[in-house]
Amino acid sequence: MSSVVQTLRDATSSAASRRGFMGRTGALSAVAVALLAGQDAMAASHGMSGDASKDVSILNVALGLEHEAINAYQLGAGSGLLQKGVLDVAVRFQADHKAHRDALIATIQKMGGTPVMEKKLEEYAKALKADTLKSQTDVLDLATRLELGAINAYLGVIPAFGSKDLAKVAARLAADETMHYTALTSALGRPLPAGALSFGA
Amino acid sequence: MRASVSHGRKAAVGLGMALLLGSPWVAQAQSAAHGQTLFETRCTACHSLDANRVGPALGTVVGRKAGTAKDFQYSPALAAANHRWTRPKLLAWLTDPEKVVPGQGMGYRVDNATDREDIVAFLIAQPQPKR
Repeated sequence: MSSVVQTLRDATSSAASRRGFMGRTGALSAVAVALLAGQDAMAASHGMSGDASKDVSILNVALGLEHEAINAYQLGAGSGLLQKGVLDVAVRFQADHKAHRDALIATIQKMGGTPVMEKKLEEYAKALKADTLKSQTDVLDLATRLELGAINAYLGVIPAFGSKDLAKVAARLAADETMHYTALTSALGRPLPAGALSFGA
Repeated sequence: MRASVSHGRKAAVGLGMALLLGSPWVAQAQSAAHGQTLFETRCTACHSLDANRVGPALGTVVGRKAGTAKDFQYSPALAAANHRWTRPKLLAWLTDPEKVVPGQGMGYRVDNATDREDIVAFLIAQPQPKR
């Protein structure tokens, strides 16, 4: 299991250094700026156009995914099943999802929408069958499945956005989830996808 | 002669297998099996079969009235919808949800017609409650 910890550490330290290089100064700032770019005109108009309203709906689904991911990592972190190194990585990935959440909330509000509320942790536990998690591998497996689902969801909604800026943001969110998925897959000792273009197909 | 009988049996078995493999039952099972794979990779970000998550539980969606999954909070548009989730309705939904229920919240589409058929076959294959 120590190799799991090492693999996850390697993956995240590499990602962290890339982020440092990009000048990331806060959890929200970089993503939020990208998300909010170009939305002022939309927000300034009287009410939301059909496209903007549709975009807010999609963003709210994305926000629902981020709420769920944050709570899934919370359940994993609180399960007592994770080794220290894995726990650190889980908390790091959770921080990414929190940054996504904050940016999505800010964008939805800027566009005149109402962000979907987070549910109680117990509700996520029930829906995700947290009571079936019996080992670190179970926790990592759940996280891997959720990350893969999120990748496919974000890629899948790109064509539905009226705003190209938001479509680009969905792609960037998918990239973050892909980084998480790849690290988790590697940590579980599972093979990478067999062929190219496997995500979002 | 013996070889001929054996050959005949093999041919009959081969024909039987071919008929079986070409039967609608096998095609349906293959379709549902592929649909399960698609469901697990594309739908489970938001949906489970037996639990409401970002989207409603889908294990009993076939035949259910739209907007009525127990304890799920729907968009106003879907809550006001009147149809039942039949096979054609589910196929239309996966093709373009917005055309089926304008103002609904799902931005996701399944572009490939065979994939849509297979996902719906998988949902139809789920044990259905008595309605």
